[in-house]
Amino acid sequence: MSTTTVAHHEEHHDHPAGIMRWLTTTNHKDIGTMYLTFSLIMFFVGGSMILAIRAELFQPGLQLLNPEFFNQLIGVHALVMIFAALMPAATGFANWMIPLQIGAPDMALPRLNNWGFWLLPPSAILLTLPFTLALFGIGDGALATGWTFYPPLSVQGGIGVDFAIFAVHLLGISSVLGSINIIVTLFNMRAPGMTLMKMPMFAWGWLITAFLLIATIPVLAGAVTMLLTDRHFGTHFFDAAGGGDPIMFQHLFWFFGHPEVYILLLPVWGFIPQILETFSRKPMYGYKAQVYSLWAIGALAVVVWAHHFFTAGMPVPALLYFMYSTMAISLPLAVLFFCWIKTMWKGSMSFETPMLFAVGWIILFGIGGLTGLVLADVAADAQYHNSYFVVAHFHYTLFAGGIMGIMAGTYYWLPKMTGHMYSEKLGKLHFWLTAISFNLTFIPQFFLGLAGMPRRIPDYALQFAEFNMISSIAAFVLGFSQLLFVYNIVSCARGGKKATDQVWEGAKGLEWTLPSPPPYHSFTEQPTVK
Amino acid sequence: MQGFRKIGLGILAMLASLNAYADYSWNFPLPATPMALDTLHVHNKFMTITGIIFLVVLAIMIYSIFSHRKSKSYKPVADKAPSTAVEIFWTLIPFAILLLIDFVIMGIPAYHSVIMMEDTRDKATMVIKITGSQWRWQYEYMDGDAKGIKFVSNLSTPKAQTEKGFQGVKDADYLLEVDNRLVLPVGEKVRVLMTATDVLHNWWVPQFGSSRVAVPGFLRETWVQVDRAGTYRGQCKELCGKGHGYMPIVVDAVPMEEFKVWVAAKKEELAKASAGADKEWTKEELVTTGKGVYEKNCAVCHQVSGAGLPPAFPALTGSKIANGPIFGADGKYLKDSHLDRVLNGVRVMPSWKALLNDTEIAAVITYERNALGNSVGDVLQPAQVKAARQ
Repeated sequence: MSTTTVAHHEEHHDHPAGIMRWLTTTNHKDIGTMYLTFSLIMFFVGGSMILAIRAELFQPGLQLLNPEFFNQLIGVHALVMIFAALMPAATGFANWMIPLQIGAPDMALPRLNNWGFWLLPPSAILLTLPFTLALFGIGDGALATGWTFYPPLSVQGGIGVDFAIFAVHLLGISSVLGSINIIVTLFNMRAPGMTLMKMPMFAWGWLITAFLLIATIPVLAGAVTMLLTDRHFGTHFFDAAGGGDPIMFQHLFWFFGHPEVYILLLPVWGFIPQILETFSRKPMYGYKAQVYSLWAIGALAVVVWAHHFFTAGMPVPALLYFMYSTMAISLPLAVLFFCWIKTMWKGSMSFETPMLFAVGWIILFGIGGLTGLVLADVAADAQYHNSYFVVAHFHYTLFAGGIMGIMAGTYYWLPKMTGHMYSEKLGKLHFWLTAISFNLTFIPQFFLGLAGMPRRIPDYALQFAEFNMISSIAAFVLGFSQLLFVYNIVSCARGGKKATDQVWEGAKGLEWTLPSPPPYHSFTEQPTVK
Repeated sequence: MQGFRKIGLGILAMLASLNAYADYSWNFPLPATPMALDTLHVHNKFMTITGIIFLVVLAIMIYSIFSHRKSKSYKPVADKAPSTAVEIFWTLIPFAILLLIDFVIMGIPAYHSVIMMEDTRDKATMVIKITGSQWRWQYEYMDGDAKGIKFVSNLSTPKAQTEKGFQGVKDADYLLEVDNRLVLPVGEKVRVLMTATDVLHNWWVPQFGSSRVAVPGFLRETWVQVDRAGTYRGQCKELCGKGHGYMPIVVDAVPMEEFKVWVAAKKEELAKASAGADKEWTKEELVTTGKGVYEKNCAVCHQVSGAGLPPAFPALTGSKIANGPIFGADGKYLKDSHLDRVLNGVRVMPSWKALLNDTEIAAVITYERNALGNSVGDVLQPAQVKAARQ
């Protein structure tokens, strides 16, 4: 396809400029850009919340925050990071890259796509508005139950809980719409010759994610709606006095909550092998094994939920079932790790920023995975549960495994998206600062958990002081290092060295056959795949 | 760059200063129960296994990173995908290794641990009931000599130390000290029943290795057998509202003879307190006692001054309820009266029926009506509270 045809084609479309372009756009790249920008902004919103918390936990005693406000920050931090930073980032990449990777002109359902995005800003506002309202004396602030909404605490809570419930509804609708769009696109708009088993791994990761979202989001929506009616309309789903059971909420919540972990990670498991093959200059190892492993994890994801609350009390057979099924997740995951490393093995590797992030990601996500294995042990879990050990564990999976993966993807595709190369020097600095300060933030938290520090406490006993201090200092370095990330992205969007079509020497796949940046309507002539 | 180097040096300095804390723990605290000992063994074993896996894989990766580089002109191996059979063979190796670790090396001991942890049926010497409330624990001895002993255990770290901006020296057991400790005999299996009155709580003593969520309206059970005499400290580990960080657990494990002495003394003390409910108290006595009860139990939300933290926690000073009538014309207490609120609670306000005795309820209500800027002037007698309970 020649560039002249593209330019010619472009002339026929006059899309509105300014704000109307973004409000009304149905273009997959515009929407992808909005998702990614929104995600980046919310990453800083959620990040500043946790820095306030780390500042409070810098030393024993209360210095800055009231316990009530502290409890609000921890819950909203998690909801913002999960629903408004990590999920939209993955959706942003899906919007940008799936049509390019499968040779489609756009997503299958462009108007739905637009709506899916524009549900996000209102829900982010709903989630954080109670903070502002409280300043004016309305209500007592945001959701203060942690992100898990456990009743009866959430039934007792103030208007923040209602705001969060509606925010979750909107976020859920947005996710389901996005998922439907991705499934329809992947099933109908692949280039001729691209069979399912020739799809790029990122598309596979997202396909399974989309199915998981459609399967589990309605359960979450149902659970929080039951919570809402318990709060306001006199039902007793979660109230023992009326024949309900608070623990039933935990079952419903984690039926969504555990697959959610894979919803956040599967897209990353999709593109990391692509980054590895690009910078190892050899095809990814075990494509089929990886695809089957992704499916296995997707299937296991929905049958292991109760390991999040072993201590809530369950019959022994249930404990054993959830323990062994949880351990089984490590089997396909071991296959994936093996394939990732085997892709690097005997390649011709070079270490540009995306590769640094991808390799660091394997190591750090590996720590998250291995500590997860021991958490599955029911008896030992009684000790780990709700301690800082768990906090450290899931930040290894969600910050290292999720966000650092997203960063790898950002550096990988940024030249394709903007047409310019980012600053490799700043990118590498960003990687090292992030990786080191991340470890210094969370390794001490493993030890805090072992020593017996419960999570979600605003103040702590004196024996926890030193590790908390290290963790807090490192958290601030981690937080401020991310300004480099923004600077690098913004300056790359504004200009810099021109990127070639292929961008990376070893890059393979349809997205690298288009110019950088790709034309407004990606493929105007359908490519074919052999 | 200079700035980053400085921060790096700062972190190194921080790490170096750790050496000053010799008793610093890098693992679980010393186990005191068979369960905690088992957990420690499991933990050590799996940390070793996973540590070895991690290091071996990391070593392979590092070797690859340093040898298979473009900058060393390493040529990638043949540019074609492996055959399915070879691929299946290779990918089944990690699968098999993990299968062995998960379901044999790790799975079999894990099975026995679960059975041990859940075995609350046999040979328990005594039964205690632990009730979590916002934000205190209540202990009740259910059988044997100690039957009937029942008390509330509150945080006893001075309030000044936990307040925002406190600058002085904190107690050694800051946030981990209570007014009434749970006392258990050494070496005896104690069956623990767990429940809650308001929201979820979780009774956790790290050295005991067992923790169980306390669910309002349900009884959960677990057990402890403390094998070493000593004092053990823990905390609630299920987010339960603003006081979640302020409901510690302290357990004294003592030899059986000492436990019996304690039981006798505690029983006498409780008998005295219940006798107090039948005598006539003066207003001054009640206000003085009530001040103590108020500051220990009520000031968390309603504040020492009675100003509250509106809108969640209303002020008592000038409040309609604290200044309104308690009893109706028929001599029964009115709905939504001061006594009704304290006994039965409403929404966030807990029910104090089970947590405070008659004297304490009478004293705290009398205090609230005659101090904190209120001056109703009436007196509520413990006997009236006792009658109201029926």
